[in-house]
Amino acid sequence: MSAEPIVRARDIRIWYGTTRGPVKAVDGVSFSVGKAEILGLVGESGSGKSTLGRGLLGLLPDGAAMDGELTFEGVDLLAATPKQRFAYRGTHLGMIFQEPLTRLNPLMRISEHFSETLKTHEPSISKAEIERRSLEVLRVMGIPPSRFSSYPHEFSGGMRQRLMIALALVLRPAFVVADEPTTALDVLVEAQIIKILHDLRNSFDTSLLLITHNLGIIAEACDRVAVMYAGQIVEIGAVDKVFADPQHPYTRELLRSTISLSTTALHSIPGAPPDLVDPPTGCAFHPRCPDALAICAVTRPIAYARDGGAPRSGSTDVACWVASAKSGTVTLTPAEAAPLPREELADADEA
Amino acid sequence: MLLIIPMMWVLLTMVFILLRVAPGDPVSAAVGGKLDPTVIAARRASLGLDRPLIVQYFEYLGQVIRLDFGKTLSDNRPVLDIIRDNGGATLTLTIGAFLFALVIGIPLGLIAGRRRDSIADVLIRLFGVITYAAPIFFVGLLIQMFVARPLGLPTSGIASPRTQFMVGSAPKTHILLFDAALSGDGNAFMDVLIHHLLPCLTLGLLVCGVFIRLVRVNILQTLQSDYVEAARARGIPENKVIRDHAFRNALVPVVTVIGLQAAMLLGGAVLTENTFNWPGLGTQLVHYIEALDYPAVQGLVTFFAAIVVVVSLAVDVINALIDPRVRYR
Repeated sequence: MSAEPIVRARDIRIWYGTTRGPVKAVDGVSFSVGKAEILGLVGESGSGKSTLGRGLLGLLPDGAAMDGELTFEGVDLLAATPKQRFAYRGTHLGMIFQEPLTRLNPLMRISEHFSETLKTHEPSISKAEIERRSLEVLRVMGIPPSRFSSYPHEFSGGMRQRLMIALALVLRPAFVVADEPTTALDVLVEAQIIKILHDLRNSFDTSLLLITHNLGIIAEACDRVAVMYAGQIVEIGAVDKVFADPQHPYTRELLRSTISLSTTALHSIPGAPPDLVDPPTGCAFHPRCPDALAICAVTRPIAYARDGGAPRSGSTDVACWVASAKSGTVTLTPAEAAPLPREELADADEA
Repeated sequence: MLLIIPMMWVLLTMVFILLRVAPGDPVSAAVGGKLDPTVIAARRASLGLDRPLIVQYFEYLGQVIRLDFGKTLSDNRPVLDIIRDNGGATLTLTIGAFLFALVIGIPLGLIAGRRRDSIADVLIRLFGVITYAAPIFFVGLLIQMFVARPLGLPTSGIASPRTQFMVGSAPKTHILLFDAALSGDGNAFMDVLIHHLLPCLTLGLLVCGVFIRLVRVNILQTLQSDYVEAARARGIPENKVIRDHAFRNALVPVVTVIGLQAAMLLGGAVLTENTFNWPGLGTQLVHYIEALDYPAVQGLVTFFAAIVVVVSLAVDVINALIDPRVRYR
């Protein structure tokens, strides 16, 4: 991991316009991804993970607005013109989606997908060069060259996801967003895909943002993890540190809710994720948080590095009043540190 | 494929029954009231119309199987001659109408789909509904009044009398447009072509409404599809995404429906031909229905049905060429 991150996001906000008002799908998210680093992004459905991933590539639908600061290798993408930003798509920023079965054009051969992609970005590329480079990535993905001119429907789900990965990697992007790449696949294929993604940095030097709701995948494949709740990153840091000693109550509850072979009783977090049109004041998690203090309902917590001070590139940070007070980073007045009255919890649950 | 035989059988039976259910018979329709009832009865007997219906029915089926369409009762003309002499005009009319429908319908549908809910989209949709719903003879009349007159375009027949005489009297292909082209007479060819303009437009408008809505809906759907988003994520420019991914996939269901439109096109041709005095099978069909000429109507309807069957077969082949997933079924 080099000092200069490939991608640095600061205070990213993505809102969707709806008839009820703006949905704050991503609300002030900051993170950075270093060279050949794998950052896992985990959270419940509707926490804004996929929106964030699409926003990084500029693939948001009409009616979505994005603000903040997003730099790729030092270039501010959000300040760039749409045309300049478009030039980064594919060549520098790649994307791998969930549901691989429907991601390939059913009327085009695999070879046509590759030649279209390569010709778009390198208009003068020769036919032989297209084939050489395509077959090279396909070989890494374990697709035999004999299948190069097959149609998408002639492949299995796992193979199609490997094709999608190959199609993203043939342009050698420095940064790839993988949005739940294994959700539609069975566990054996899932393990295979995760291994491929994990090995990407060795074969292609690729940085990866791996979006998933599966904590096992994070633990297995990622260097760092960002936990997202209600459009915000509540905790981010090295996977071993965060998983071994979660500071944020949400991370802790999320880890307790995983199912393993030794699970005897299911644990769940009471309540439901908040309505992002009208999120709770203060910390978005406070209505469901077992540790909530009085301040949590009033003031949004500030992210601090675990070892004190402001978050730095690569540091382990948490945005939680309880954790910050415990570590002595902030000092709360006795009124602020009083436990949150229970009835408010019940009120919020009902809402 | 094998469905063709029962399909044709049902159709033949229906035509047979419908004609017999209609009041009157060919003889009384032609000479009723003018001749003595005993003479009429004798004529009916000579045509075999006094035999039980079931006998007539099986005789008719037997003839169709032998591809023997017989002769008309009213003017003793072989039915195949009608098809040969008048089929060409209907053929060029429907093909021309189909081209108009494609040229008008597909681009408009594409625009409406790309700019959903814009003013252009609303206007195009409205246009599609109106052209589809408006009765064809009414549209034909409007076009004759408001398009033909100011532009001085012909509104009746397939050619001017001069061309008709020069080219039509010595037919080579029995398709007047081709005969005119083969004659080497440029004026005659232009004359026939200009006569095609308005009838083809009228019939084309009827079908293009279907194309507009179909292309629009399918473009909307494919633009939402996962592979379009994936193509965008690979940095494929938007116009290529639309052309190679959204549009090509949208055309698959459109081609299927085009096959179904063949029936609508032929039905519309009957009305268009009558509106524009077109010497095609449609005018002939109406003429023979009025005369209750059983063999003529049966023969023509069977021919129309056969055309629809052939077109839907061709559509299956085209579909297999476009969509690789169809090929293996």
